[in-house]
Amino acid sequence: MTNQQEHLETLQEIRSLMERSSRFLSLSGLSGVFAGIFALAGAVAAYLYFDISITGNYLLYSVRSDGRINMDFYTFFFADAGSVLVLSLIFSFVFSFRKAKREGLKIWDKTAKRLAVNLFLPLIAGGFFCLVMLYHGYIGLVAPATLLFYGLALLNASKYTFNDLRFLGLSQIALGLISALFIGYGLLFWALGFGVLHIIYGTAMYFKYEK
Amino acid sequence: MKDLITNINKAFESRIRLGIMSVLMVNDTVDFITLKEMLKVTDGNLASHIGALEKNEFLEVYKQFIGKKPQTTYAATKKGKRAFNDHLDALEKLIKKTN
Repeated sequence: MTNQQEHLETLQEIRSLMERSSRFLSLSGLSGVFAGIFALAGAVAAYLYFDISITGNYLLYSVRSDGRINMDFYTFFFADAGSVLVLSLIFSFVFSFRKAKREGLKIWDKTAKRLAVNLFLPLIAGGFFCLVMLYHGYIGLVAPATLLFYGLALLNASKYTFNDLRFLGLSQIALGLISALFIGYGLLFWALGFGVLHIIYGTAMYFKYEK
Repeated sequence: MKDLITNINKAFESRIRLGIMSVLMVNDTVDFITLKEMLKVTDGNLASHIGALEKNEFLEVYKQFIGKKPQTTYAATKKGKRAFNDHLDALEKLIKKTN
């Protein structure tokens, strides 16, 4: 009986060691929640700035009434999306750093590097692809493509951190594909994907692992 | 019938050795300091267990220089991975049998 208990403990220890040494476990659910809040705020800012209704086609504002490209539209979106991205990254670092410290783990170890490489490689490729699409004028497909590439990046990264990220990735991919069918409503899908999904998954992960 | 005990490997009797192999199963290479922090053991203790595993040809040692600093990394051999898996299977059977 005690022998069996010992064997069980050994197996559990092995399992925990394998997980701790290969996965980045300091990622905090709060990072997701805050990224979601920033994304929603960014979407609201865009709706207010262009004075569009929730179901309105935001792409109408990419061209001026005289048929020329509305540079203001592009500048605003780069600034808006850029601030959301930077704020989300800063906050996810802060929360992950806090979690690592609380659990006595190193923040920048091999698992963190592996996660970063596997998350950012597909993401950077996607970013360049979106810039190329903008260059060629396929502006309506940019929002679906960002969701798709982000979903693929999460799917790839999920092998190096909590497995739950896989489902967030799959949800973003599905949302990206759906939004590709409804061109002109990218802002709404962005708010759903980067905002609502992040908040839902972040909250779920926070209560699952940190409470 | 094969005796359940035959696959319980003597080389894995120590928890630290099992721990070292667990980490090496999921990482291509691991350096000494990371292993030390993972397993929370002293230098001497870890070195002697690594030596024992190396003698069994369960792991390989690589020494290299990163700038001017020497770094030693370890990787599990095929033989080591097989032995580790057999050992786990045997442990599992033991638990199931006593259940």
